[in-house]
Amino acid sequence: MISVNLLAMFYLISGVLFILALRGLSSPETSRQGNFFGILGMSIAVVVTFLSIGNFSISFVYVIAFLLIGGSIGAIIAFKIPMTAMPELVAGFHSLVGLAAVFVAISAFLNPDAFNLGTIGNIKLASLIEMSIGAAVGAITFSGSIIAFLKLRGIMSGAPITFPGQHILNLIILISIIGLTYFLCATQSSSLFWTLILISFLVGILLIIPIGGADMPVVISMLNSYSGWAAAGIGFTLENTALIITGALVGSSGAILSYIMCKGMNRSFFSVIMGGFGGTDQVIQSNNKEQKPVKSGNSDDAAFLMKNASSVIIVPGYGMAVAQAQHALREMVDTLKKNGVKVSYAIHPVAGRMPGHMNVLLAEANVPYDEVFELEEINNDFANCDVAYVIGANDVTNPVAKTDPQSPIYGMPILDVEKAKSVLFVKRSLSPGYAGVDNDLFYRENTLMLFADAKKMTEDIIKSF
Amino acid sequence: MEIDPFVFRLSIFILSIFVGYYVVWSVTPSLHTPLMSVTNAISSVIIVGAIIAALAGKGNVIFNQASIFGYLAIILAAVNIFGGFLVTQRMLAMYKKKKK
Repeated sequence: MISVNLLAMFYLISGVLFILALRGLSSPETSRQGNFFGILGMSIAVVVTFLSIGNFSISFVYVIAFLLIGGSIGAIIAFKIPMTAMPELVAGFHSLVGLAAVFVAISAFLNPDAFNLGTIGNIKLASLIEMSIGAAVGAITFSGSIIAFLKLRGIMSGAPITFPGQHILNLIILISIIGLTYFLCATQSSSLFWTLILISFLVGILLIIPIGGADMPVVISMLNSYSGWAAAGIGFTLENTALIITGALVGSSGAILSYIMCKGMNRSFFSVIMGGFGGTDQVIQSNNKEQKPVKSGNSDDAAFLMKNASSVIIVPGYGMAVAQAQHALREMVDTLKKNGVKVSYAIHPVAGRMPGHMNVLLAEANVPYDEVFELEEINNDFANCDVAYVIGANDVTNPVAKTDPQSPIYGMPILDVEKAKSVLFVKRSLSPGYAGVDNDLFYRENTLMLFADAKKMTEDIIKSF
Repeated sequence: MEIDPFVFRLSIFILSIFVGYYVVWSVTPSLHTPLMSVTNAISSVIIVGAIIAALAGKGNVIFNQASIFGYLAIILAAVNIFGGFLVTQRMLAMYKKKKK
């Protein structure tokens, strides 16, 4: 047994190590050390918890066994998962944190003695409120992440599901949750506690189904934030500093990422939550534009243009991930570099299905990170570049965002691809992107459309060199 | 009058939100995916609650109503801890600088 104060000191150390883990991510050089700090902090927290309980009986063996079972499942997933599936994986992991928070809250409710929270039917008021918040937010995180997972995985359609009275229903449920918490505190009734959890599961589902595929980066970040607040709620219940610090860190981290993603799309957080964006009903307006002349080319044209260029900027998007074209792309770039062409990559904040997704895919294909640039860093360079190679991106290059106040994507920061001397646009058809808006770039004088699968086209270009 | 310990915890919580705010803004955008996976892993420190719940069984009773939820939470959190840190490690190992 170690003393309560010593225990609290160790939890504080864990919390500080977690802060250092996030701090490490400020640059790729320090990031690996940061991850090590995180692992260290976690090990300290787990070991001192065992020491504080000091119960090394048969149940301890079970705990270790369950820990190893979970750990091996996690390890297998971590090594097997392809990098293109990171968004689903993160959504799946969020759901587990949420459910774990619910389970811990339940066992604290069923056995408050163990946590020094009072006795059954007579739990301290503050603890009961904290427990309810932790359980409710955890349950919302769990079911919301499951829906996000299903949508990202393609098991459920990415189209928003809306029905009349949806917002009013959500409001009623929200009020009923507050009411339930109040009566739970007054009566300590376990059936109210279970109802609270069930309703929270329902809220999570209702919250995520109206949000369309295009807003997935916001959804993932938002659920990341929720999982943090759930952890913090449980941290208050258990009076555990490490958990409170971590919950606050994760909560604010997810909130900041949601903000960055919303800004990248010029959408307010509120309108994302209300949902309905990214459906098919907005496509109609673009039909009359289809007759405009479009120049299309083949891999030989593209190879010729790029080989004779002095600088090329690559604009990757989600389509590149779907086609698994990142390795072919890097090969193409290697050939170009051998020919003395200067190549860089331009990443839009919302490219892909989660924050930073494109960067990971490019890193996987051995693209050095100092050749990859963010929107603000590279946007002025398009005017001086010879060729922009757009592969799998669409909405984030649409000049309409700057010119047409009627457009749904008006005001969204975009990559100034149209300023390049020539634009090579790899796409399977002229269909609009996720936002349902026709891309003006297709019909520009300096644009050459390459109609093909992203990977196939890139490989053909390599052959044509 | 003594200050309620809750107030201390609340102070820690509020200050940590600010720490998180500044630390996360300094994270480079190219590492936002690892940021999400590592925050996932560290928020699974909730496992300490699960361990306490699991080991709280009285006497020789290993599995009772309350501890079963503790054991289940241990599995879930452990998947996340190992999965989260390892996948972050795997991603970070891929970020390389240009060969000079």
